Amino acid sequence: MSTSNSLNAPPSNAGGFELPREHYLNATYGIRSWLLTTDHKRIALLYLASVTFFFFIGGTFASMIRIHLLTPNGYLVTPETYNKLFTMHGVAMIFFFLIPSIPAVLGNFLIPLMIGAKDLAFPKINLLSWYIYLIGGSFVLYSFSTGGLDTGWTFYTPLSSVYSNSAVTPAVIGIFINGFSSILTGLNFIVTIHTMRAPGMTWFRLPLFVWAHYATSLIFILGTPVIAITLLLAGLERMLHLGFFNPALGGDPILFQHLFWFYSHPAVYIMILPAMGVISEIIPTFARKPIFGYSFIAGSSIAIAVIGFFVWAHHMFLTGESAYAALTFSLLSYLVAIPSAVKVFNWTSTLYKGSISWETPMLYGLGFIGLFLIGGLTGLFLACLGLDIHLHDTYFVIAHFHYIMVGGAVMGYVGGLHFWWPKITGRLYPEGLAKTAAVTLFIGFNLTFFPQFILGYLGMPRRYHSYPPEFQVFNVMSTAGASILALGYLLPMIYLTWSMRYGKIAGPNPWPATGLEWKTASPPLTENFDVTPEVNWEPYDFDNRHDLGLDVKGAPSLAPAHGDD
Amino acid sequence: MHRTGELYGQFETLDQQRESASLGMWVFLVTEVLFFGGMFMTYTLNRSTYPDVFGEASRSINLGLGAFNTVVLIGSSLTMAMSVWAAQVGKKQLVTIFLILTLILGTVFLGVKGVEYHEKFVEHHVPGLNFNFEPGASVATNAHAQLFFSLYFAMTGLHALHMIIGAGLLIWLIKESFKGRFNPGYSTPVDLVGLYWHFVDIVWIFLFPLLYLIDRH
Repeated sequence: MSTSNSLNAPPSNAGGFELPREHYLNATYGIRSWLLTTDHKRIALLYLASVTFFFFIGGTFASMIRIHLLTPNGYLVTPETYNKLFTMHGVAMIFFFLIPSIPAVLGNFLIPLMIGAKDLAFPKINLLSWYIYLIGGSFVLYSFSTGGLDTGWTFYTPLSSVYSNSAVTPAVIGIFINGFSSILTGLNFIVTIHTMRAPGMTWFRLPLFVWAHYATSLIFILGTPVIAITLLLAGLERMLHLGFFNPALGGDPILFQHLFWFYSHPAVYIMILPAMGVISEIIPTFARKPIFGYSFIAGSSIAIAVIGFFVWAHHMFLTGESAYAALTFSLLSYLVAIPSAVKVFNWTSTLYKGSISWETPMLYGLGFIGLFLIGGLTGLFLACLGLDIHLHDTYFVIAHFHYIMVGGAVMGYVGGLHFWWPKITGRLYPEGLAKTAAVTLFIGFNLTFFPQFILGYLGMPRRYHSYPPEFQVFNVMSTAGASILALGYLLPMIYLTWSMRYGKIAGPNPWPATGLEWKTASPPLTENFDVTPEVNWEPYDFDNRHDLGLDVKGAPSLAPAHGDD
Repeated sequence: MHRTGELYGQFETLDQQRESASLGMWVFLVTEVLFFGGMFMTYTLNRSTYPDVFGEASRSINLGLGAFNTVVLIGSSLTMAMSVWAAQVGKKQLVTIFLILTLILGTVFLGVKGVEYHEKFVEHHVPGLNFNFEPGASVATNAHAQLFFSLYFAMTGLHALHMIIGAGLLIWLIKESFKGRFNPGYSTPVDLVGLYWHFVDIVWIFLFPLLYLIDRH
């Protein structure tokens, strides 16, 4: 390490790089060339724009919730409107932002590049799934703007199918339609990973990002059809006054909850697994060390996807399900902690004796590990039968799943966007601003959601528009944190957009990282590679990769091999 | 991605393309199993809760027409399998003939289904539209019978929708087959639509006993 400067600026972006003359962004021009594209990289950018739009909508509802809760009796809206705010926040964020975010944006862009393919196996189906997403999204926006939605994002019957006076039908239709977008994306990924790998890219040379997306796709294709049919039945019940889930007509509302959570619990893993994939790429890159326990991280992704299908009824401990069922589901829920912990331990072991540098993606990576750890451990509190009776439906649950979904999934998404931004746009984001934003996000997030653990433990129930005055101090802290968090999200939106035109030219491999996607130009050609690449190296192998330029003078030093000192 | 002959640009070889297409269809069918699965679950729970009313309601649907349709559908599976065989051995005319036969049998099935739906409509057995199971039935019996018929229409309706999509695919195949597109080296579309058609048949093989035969002994 000759100069301190070299840590922040790896050698490969110091030199005068130029953008490639032709790449996927300038290959063709005009609105048609985007709306009818079958290029997975352009479709990823279409998704980027649309999920950001829904993130704004969901974020606006979240801000209104937090402003409303500044005072014990509510500040901003009527109780009825409050019900709509948290419902629409959940629907927009879960179905239209979190679930598609990493798979449809980063996964879409990167999977073919990472495995050395020209595109996904079914490029037209890929475009189709974006249009299906838009159609589903339009139905939901129609519901939001014509009466809103007040059932909670869980659509429990018979509230949703009989009693609610809000626009449930278009929302249910929208989510039903949107499900096929997920299914087709998952199908495309599975087939692509099976049949499109470049010569030499064996299963155990796949980047862990790809393994994570394979696991996610399994949930997409096995879980999503169940929520689709369940919401269809609930929608039919509402439109035609049938009784599948209505006890007054002989139906069973608990059956709805079972079917709903059969998808919606695995859906949590749809959100977190891709983020884990992102982190598994970031950590070895900035520790400059092969990842510890590759096959265990790969296998734990599949294990999480599989076990995740057998834990759903832990959302229903208080519905009066049998003690044996509750015991079984409690035990199975604990089991998910094992593969999750395997990942955390492996990331930490990768850091051990690494040559760590603190670029922005690494800040998100480290933040993810900490926040996911808190989110995961508090999940065990909720899987515990006795404790869950106290914590069920309180702010403790809210804090727990926001640590997983925002602290985990969104941190992974934003970190991944920064990590691959040079590949997507060919330009670097401003490092100083980006670090500021990462720290702001981390502080804002913890200030928003940590007090909610305490609120929940003290007994504040979720989904209430008012609360006893003694809870105010924690709610004010939470709202203050949310303001910082909002700033932390606005900053990257501004400077990332700015950098698309004015950022420093990145060159093919600015970090440098070991994946195949970094061996092609930034931004890549429409066909991804000039010639089909051949893979003859092991994943995350920094030692034998002289093409990375890490052994020249002034480069960040490699981590010592195990047992060196 | 541009295509050269039958090879789409994202693939390196025809083998890779064929393997991808076939894996894609199998994955899709796995999704379909789960799609119907939610309804089968709802059916199972409700039937075990109200076995008597479900039996009684099941007896009121037309067994003759249902059995006839089952035979028709199995026949269409046979002709579909024959057209796949014909495409693989390169008998181009036979492909078209068997595809047309499959389409005819599929249409007969849908026509008979329409007759059955009409019968239910006349008997006030369509849920939500002046539903009345039988004169003098108690409120509870009526409600539970309506559950059976809701499931009957939802399940057979979803199945019929799949048949209609299948018929659309067959029409497209027949058009392509007229042009002589399919040969032993390129029969993937016939193979895949065949898989889909057999899947839809298999769903009916489960629906028929569950809806028509539960209380006929």
